[in-house]
Amino acid sequence: METIQLLVSGLANGCIYGLIALGFVLIYKATEAVNFAQGDMMMLGAFLTLGFANSNFLGLPFLIAVPLAILSMGVIGYLIDIVIIRRLFGQSQVAIVIVTIALGFVMRFAAGNIFGFEPQTLESPLIGRDVTVGGIFLGLDELLVIIATIGLTVGFWLYFSNTKLGIAMQAASQNQLAAYYMGIPVKRVQSLIWAIAGMMAAVAGILYASKGSIDPNAGLLGIKAFAAAVIGGMGSLPGALLGGIIVGMIEPFASRYIPAGYSQVMPYLLLFLMLVFRPHGILAQVHRKKV
Amino acid sequence: MRVQFKTSYDTDIRLFKDRYQLAWYAVLGATLIALPWLIDVFMLGEITNVLIFAIAGMGLMILVGQTGQASLGHAAFLAVGCYANVILQQRAGLPFVVAFPLAGLISGVLGALIALPMVRLHGIYLAIATLAMSVITEDIIIIAEPLTGGVGGLFAPDISLFGYVINRYGDPAAFYWFTLAVTLFCVWIYRNLLRSPLGRAFAAVRDSEVSAQAMGVNVPKTKAIAFGVSTFITGLSGAILGHYIGVFTPEAFNVLVSIQLLLMIVVGGLGTIHGAFFGALVIALLPTGIGMARDWLAANVGLTTTAIPGLETATFGVILIAFMLFEPMGLYGIWAKMRTYFELFPFYRQGMFVRQKSYLKTERMR
Repeated sequence: METIQLLVSGLANGCIYGLIALGFVLIYKATEAVNFAQGDMMMLGAFLTLGFANSNFLGLPFLIAVPLAILSMGVIGYLIDIVIIRRLFGQSQVAIVIVTIALGFVMRFAAGNIFGFEPQTLESPLIGRDVTVGGIFLGLDELLVIIATIGLTVGFWLYFSNTKLGIAMQAASQNQLAAYYMGIPVKRVQSLIWAIAGMMAAVAGILYASKGSIDPNAGLLGIKAFAAAVIGGMGSLPGALLGGIIVGMIEPFASRYIPAGYSQVMPYLLLFLMLVFRPHGILAQVHRKKV
Repeated sequence: MRVQFKTSYDTDIRLFKDRYQLAWYAVLGATLIALPWLIDVFMLGEITNVLIFAIAGMGLMILVGQTGQASLGHAAFLAVGCYANVILQQRAGLPFVVAFPLAGLISGVLGALIALPMVRLHGIYLAIATLAMSVITEDIIIIAEPLTGGVGGLFAPDISLFGYVINRYGDPAAFYWFTLAVTLFCVWIYRNLLRSPLGRAFAAVRDSEVSAQAMGVNVPKTKAIAFGVSTFITGLSGAILGHYIGVFTPEAFNVLVSIQLLLMIVVGGLGTIHGAFFGALVIALLPTGIGMARDWLAANVGLTTTAIPGLETATFGVILIAFMLFEPMGLYGIWAKMRTYFELFPFYRQGMFVRQKSYLKTERMR
């Protein structure tokens, strides 16, 4: 019983890591840029929802606030690309890493000063509702996280394999120059990918906030998502989700069976082991360059 | 504009280009030595802080600027240097003159050992691995409580150099000179490293791993050595930092410090020693600068601003983004342009520093 309980809560956490990692991998795959601000974008998305929905801010109905927040994060993602990231095209990868870290700082500052630095809870209709399935006690929020993640992943998979724009995105990520010659507006496609990543961050943020409280430093969760992305294999969308779930699963079991203090080190230990024995992740995407 | 005639190969690798450069640096050195008599105690403390950051910056610069390996985990080695120095003095009873270099060495060896599995990675993987390392440092220090004092932290004793006791508050000038001496030592190591075969191997690895390999450079070994040298210098900086802040807890070395170190050298200008110093100046003096600006606003404009939490980091972030967009070479780039402008006056052209753009190099095919 207990194991299943831990399994479910780990799965729910893991799905959130997976969603952040998914946005991160999406950008990496398509533009070779590494967005270290993905965790902070998640935080910002959660706070935007909170700002739209909570009664002490705008107090809009929850079902209006959610799409509004997702949409605004999409716009923010699009703007980040056209204002900043696009101009860095052609500079080294480290440059983009640094800029996105700096962006994360700015977002944390903005969120903290607009919404306050204390942890706050999202007034979501899901909080506190539980379902009991065969003696297992499940939070509705946890179930929703799992369902939403599965839905999003399937949706993305269909999108990338079937729609014209999805295929254009795949092409742009495989070879920008060739894609450009084929008439794909590579720049716009990249901006759209940033917008999608922003929207995914918002979804992850809403799910995260409905599971507990949110504060401006929640963006540091992104570090675990990076670990997840590397464990799963950078540049692989299913890998990101897989890595997220693995990291999420390890945590509750580690904190249950391993003395406190050691348990929070476990996900990173796994990351190191992974880097030593299979550096490119479970679902590796790297091929050796042939000169 | 002075024209140099190169009459031997040594001209290319001399420490100073010519006598004028030597003279300028001599003036700078003399000013730095005379500084305790020129400024007040508070500013001297700030400048000491700048120097400590500059040493750490140089350490990181060898890795990031010279070898091209991004590390987001250097606060971990600050911590190793800091803790090793104090523990060696307090537990093992070693004198400072032994404990201090030993702390640097421990940090360096640890850095090289940790780097060994990581050097097979590149770019972004390395950044994430070092970031993860930085995150767990705090936890590891707390786990190792019997040695490190856990969350309570440790208390750094006074520095005693051959019987002469230096207290950071009692004798700020001596503390400053000591830091300055270590800084100069690190600059000397750095400069000599750059003109040695190893330094050229670093540059080769940075510019293209495939070509470096083709030229016979052992890439993983070079990266591991770069890590070792870099963490050695960072460890030294950490040891001084411990004495500077007096009491330190694991929180003093959290992941944000690592990130700040990397951002610092980028603002300063990657790949140059000047950059480490410029960046350290910005990061150490920014809080003071913001405080001064606030006081000035209150006094002259009558605008009383309440302290905005996190303003320093946010300002720093904005400065950084602006630099990345408009001056990727950082403060050093501005400095180099100004210097060239005056040296070549009136022949400076707009396009002299335009860098060639390299188009997307994919990491997945390597």
